[in-house]
Amino acid sequence: MNGQSHVAAQSGSIAPASATVFERLGLDGPLTIFGGPVYWLLFVLALAAALLFPLYGSVFAALNFTNFLINVPLALGLALLWGYCGVLSFGQVAFFGIAGYAYGVMAINWGMGSATLLAAFCALGLTALVAAAFGYFLFYGRVSGWIVPVLTLVFTLVLETFLGQTAGMEWKIGEAPLGGFNGMTNIPSLTAGTISFDGFSLPLFYLVIILVAGILVGLRMLANSHFGHVIMAIQEDPERAELLGYDIRRYQLVVFTIAGFLAGLSGVLYATWGNFIQPSSVGLLAATFPVLWAAVGGRRSLTSVLIGTIALASLSDALAVYSGELAFVVMGALLLFGMMAAPDGIVITILRFLTKLVGRKSR
Amino acid sequence: MTLLVLEGVRRRFGGIVAADGIDLALGDGERRCLIGPNGAGKSTVFKLIMGLVRPDSGSIRLDGREITREEPFRRVQLGLSMKYQTTRIFPSLTVAQNMSIARSRGGNGSDLVSWALDRLGLTSLATRSAGELSYGQQHWLEMCMVLGSGPRVVLMDEPTAGMTPEESRRTGGFIKELTGRGIAAIVIEHDMHFVRDLEAPTTVLHQGRVFREGSMAEIEADPEVQRIYLGEVDA
Repeated sequence: MNGQSHVAAQSGSIAPASATVFERLGLDGPLTIFGGPVYWLLFVLALAAALLFPLYGSVFAALNFTNFLINVPLALGLALLWGYCGVLSFGQVAFFGIAGYAYGVMAINWGMGSATLLAAFCALGLTALVAAAFGYFLFYGRVSGWIVPVLTLVFTLVLETFLGQTAGMEWKIGEAPLGGFNGMTNIPSLTAGTISFDGFSLPLFYLVIILVAGILVGLRMLANSHFGHVIMAIQEDPERAELLGYDIRRYQLVVFTIAGFLAGLSGVLYATWGNFIQPSSVGLLAATFPVLWAAVGGRRSLTSVLIGTIALASLSDALAVYSGELAFVVMGALLLFGMMAAPDGIVITILRFLTKLVGRKSR
Repeated sequence: MTLLVLEGVRRRFGGIVAADGIDLALGDGERRCLIGPNGAGKSTVFKLIMGLVRPDSGSIRLDGREITREEPFRRVQLGLSMKYQTTRIFPSLTVAQNMSIARSRGGNGSDLVSWALDRLGLTSLATRSAGELSYGQQHWLEMCMVLGSGPRVVLMDEPTAGMTPEESRRTGGFIKELTGRGIAAIVIEHDMHFVRDLEAPTTVLHQGRVFREGSMAEIEADPEVQRIYLGEVDA
């Protein structure tokens, strides 16, 4: 907490007298594009609408929605890493997969019940550790900008190849067979006491909504803190940031680890939702999606990435009902067109337009 | 007391010797001008001092401490700081937020910074977006930012490039007061009026070497210096 009060003192001393209550709390600021009373009113309304959804929508729709929302922590982590810190990782799904598999192995071995909480905790810790180790070699090795996406992509593809050949009994960790190409099945869902967070009932739906809302708020506060200003400075001009006295490698490593952790959180949630995890979840196609969610949403705005992720995940799901291939073709065409029309991101462009409209009306 | 020492610093880029055994010593609180024709190696010297470029041979010491192989951020933490020739600030942020980023070492140098902001008329512009400032003000903001780490030596690469005469004059006064406060400064300049106004010992670089050192009056009277500036030196 010491670090936080330090940051608060620093930003407090420079907060203009005209700062809004949201700015004073670190919820709004120049590094979070959208904000203000209307934004937070909509935030609360959207949160309430989501939490009350089972009252007016079907449970099936709610559970399906959970599936889309599960991707959001991963996507927000990438937004922080790419949009704020300027490091494009093409392999965030690797951490999704590592956490999912690690959770599966531990949960299967340690049994159902509250041991699953420990499994989730350990899986996330392990994922953060792997992200930190990988990030250490990337950043302390001073791997330059455009090599990072290549290395991260290779990392996840190697992982996919490895997991794909783990069929057979020799690839069994304790009681848990890795399952090769078919993946790992029968993963117990997270369970706390008598509440089971699975893909068949509502507790997971509520948990995911609360997690996503909390992560959005938390990342906004991080972006508006001194730390957030520094990572933005690193993205805009790394050499300038270094010559102001910052060890930029350390900052990049911290952000990379946070992003890896969040991807891992999505992985654990996925495993508890579907009770399985498979190598294709760390494959090329899976690796492409987070980058598209962030790019189409607008990687410099957390809110835009959140909306973009849910919208695109629902869209590809809806299209897949007709044909899996058609979904990819339509998505691809849409993305290509969208990126040319709105290079900053489609959602962010729409939100900017709406913000202008609201601003004009209230004036 | 000698604060910053360069000893036989050499660096070549392919076939070009950008620094060919440079010796330089700067005292505590000393003000120094670095001049020389284009391509003399002035900016390379700054990059070598900051660690953006590593020397092939030679040594760089700060306050007796060997820093030749230190990372750039470490050198900043140890007391070196540099203002770029072109402004490199964060235009989307306010003046105050730029200054907040610049204070990489917490409270270090905060007296100095508030003095500098005041002196350059930026205090009242704290909530203005840095990108909206005038060209000269953006340069001044960067000067204040490089003081944020509480440096003992500040390097300034052509601080008055593109400034109005009035802004140049004010910048000169600022640099003199800064060194008066015990901060050493090396200033690269092309504007000879400005160099004269700084009333500082001057080092002339030529072809990656220290060509002359002395007062500006001595330098200006030196026929050899005039010759290299007119480009008449034998190839």
